[in-house]
Amino acid sequence: MDAKKDTPEQAEFRDHARRWLRENKPAPLSTRLPEYPIEVVSDEHRRYLCDWQKKCYQAGLVACDYPKEFGGGGHSGFQRIASQEMGAAGTPYLINVIGLNMAAPTILHHGSDELKRKFLPPLFAADEIWCQGFSEPNAGSDLAGAQTSAVRSGDNWILNGHKVWTSLATFASWMIILCRTSNDDKYKGLTYYVTPIANTKGVTVRPLIKITGQAGFNEVLFEDVVIPDAYRLDEVGNGWQVAMTTLLHERGAAEGAGGGGGDTLEERTAGLVRLAKRMKRNGKTAWDDAAIRDRIMQIIVRAEGMRQLYRRARVGGLIEHPMRIPLQGKLLISELLQDASALGMEIAGAHASLYLGDANAPDGAEWPLSYLNSYGITIAAGTSEVQRNILGERVLGLAKSK
Amino acid sequence: MAQPKDFGFGEDEQMLRDSARKFLADNAGIETLRRSVAHDHHEAYESPVPPATYDADLWAKMVELGWTTLAVPESSGGSGMKMVAVAALAEEAGRAALVSPLITTLLATCTLREAASDGARAALTRIVGGEASALAITNADGVWDSADSGVTAKVTKKGATLNGTVHFVQDARKVAFFVVAAKSGKKVGLYVVNADTPGVTIHPDRIVDLTRDQAHITFENVTIPATQIVAPAGEGEAVLTKAMPAWLTIVAADMCGAGEWQLQTTTAYAQMRKQFDHPIGFFQAVKHPLVNMMVKIDEARSLVYAAACAIDVEPKSAERYARLAKSSASDMAAFCSGRSVQLHGGIGFTWECDVHIYFKRQKHNQMLFGDGLFQRSKLADMFDSAA
Repeated sequence: MDAKKDTPEQAEFRDHARRWLRENKPAPLSTRLPEYPIEVVSDEHRRYLCDWQKKCYQAGLVACDYPKEFGGGGHSGFQRIASQEMGAAGTPYLINVIGLNMAAPTILHHGSDELKRKFLPPLFAADEIWCQGFSEPNAGSDLAGAQTSAVRSGDNWILNGHKVWTSLATFASWMIILCRTSNDDKYKGLTYYVTPIANTKGVTVRPLIKITGQAGFNEVLFEDVVIPDAYRLDEVGNGWQVAMTTLLHERGAAEGAGGGGGDTLEERTAGLVRLAKRMKRNGKTAWDDAAIRDRIMQIIVRAEGMRQLYRRARVGGLIEHPMRIPLQGKLLISELLQDASALGMEIAGAHASLYLGDANAPDGAEWPLSYLNSYGITIAAGTSEVQRNILGERVLGLAKSK
Repeated sequence: MAQPKDFGFGEDEQMLRDSARKFLADNAGIETLRRSVAHDHHEAYESPVPPATYDADLWAKMVELGWTTLAVPESSGGSGMKMVAVAALAEEAGRAALVSPLITTLLATCTLREAASDGARAALTRIVGGEASALAITNADGVWDSADSGVTAKVTKKGATLNGTVHFVQDARKVAFFVVAAKSGKKVGLYVVNADTPGVTIHPDRIVDLTRDQAHITFENVTIPATQIVAPAGEGEAVLTKAMPAWLTIVAADMCGAGEWQLQTTTAYAQMRKQFDHPIGFFQAVKHPLVNMMVKIDEARSLVYAAACAIDVEPKSAERYARLAKSSASDMAAFCSGRSVQLHGGIGFTWECDVHIYFKRQKHNQMLFGDGLFQRSKLADMFDSAA
């Protein structure tokens, strides 16, 4: 914790947060929550998590640093503390992640005061869940290729198109959406809106089934959906700049989601050692196999390296370029979790074939399940390939790939 | 004691690092490096006696700057700075591919300071006075494991007599004295032996790396006085075990600095060199490996500072962190070296392109005190006892 650097006000807030979280930590549900909030699909989980976020908001632990007039706490440097204390207390995650990490900062930067007053308080309280409409079947890594159209009609806009990878859309009241308003220029032809999703004429939300066989995200179809011009963020043609604000926050959020704090990672690596000590291989345990031991240690070196990297990111004297470490986060955590799960499957050997519902599957089929799921993280929020482009271009200054 | 969040890397450490970087850029830049060790391939690899390039003037300046006394405790006349400061200096030495007994003297210093003997203190005082020193602890098998040096010591009333051959001694021809591990029966002791003592013969090795010299050293009835006993027979192994995390950390830090040079140099080339109408860094087949170099350097460097910090404040975890750091840095060094030559293309394969100098230093350091595979094997052993 950075408790030492807290101002007196921040220290007092930290005490409050710590005490409140200890006293109000909710009892766990009988069914296990998914690994990440964006994967919540059951109504039971949604209700539990929405209630929890609302309580946190009422206790002043959500939106602490947003202006008071828009429902925030009006403080500075409090959210970091609240998040640290939530992590330390091991409380459930906040369900409205896309709202908090992407929609809210974007609306705050680019929205009118009227929109801020209308949208932010219920977003903070999880009374209204948000989702994000960027990716399309033909615009993934090349996001600026979005084709979902918005056509002006008097004081309204008419939306038509197809968004995919839309997490939480089945619960969502609202979506931040990137639309094409002109074909004259790829980037300047984009405009950014907020659109209603729930109970909206012309909007169809269809769950997409992941390679795990589970529901986790959705596609959203727009057919002549009418929204008022007041739901536009920033100027017509400025959608790409607004989207950059969102993405700036998304990558950090994806990294946080992937990391789940350091706990997921530590649990995963410790799990590899335990698994290897149980599984048989060539007449001994897998742990007794020098090659397996080395592979596990490679993962442990990377995991500890990442922890120390984040630590170093805050030491001014030991960083060269301000974005060099932050821009690595999502790439590192996603590839590490993927490699760790893949290794878990190798160690499990024949047992890696056993999937959910099979009583003999080691660790409840966690290894094949998390390996399959890991591709969600290496693809979402900018694929690993795009992350490497960004690092090469923005940090190393290499020529931009087209 | 828990580690401080900032690794203990404060203003003093940063000032030292920044001034070291500037000093080495001014006094041991790439032009100087090329001129001193790589101007002629015949001389580098075919001289009757392998070269041991040594710049006495540069050494004197570094002594004057206090670099050799950083790791010496204040009680022995040094400045007793933190290990993070030593790591930062080693990183700069690596960035410059520094040709100097500085690193080897730091390794010897970190060993001597773990022995609470008059002999050790006397040796540290000599280092403070500007003398260079090297560890001589590795046997003919290349095993630097403390239990098995290739030298025996016969302890007498007046001191000890050493016989045998120790191998893989770094910068052997640039130092005034060696810290020698020698066995009496099964007991390991540590002894200071001056390079010019009768009976000491230094046999230079022909090595790939151009930025250092290496030798095996024969001791024939080499007699030393009791004042040069650093650790009496039976106490040497503990001293080496305690010092080992510092060796790994220093060498890993050197590799991080050199790795960063490889990254920056290769990146600059990828920005400038044009093929197929684009700077080659435009192509992802070049761009992505450069990013992978950066990612590996950043991992290794973070682990190096964690290891240095552990040595300073959390000695119980020092071995674990140091092995993590050396494992990461060794693999990083191998990767960055390979990519630095490959991505330079045709010119990268020639003697005139500087990348081979760093390539060779990195490959040498990769193996020194055990490569990544070795460190990970030791790390795995630590999990055997844990449930």
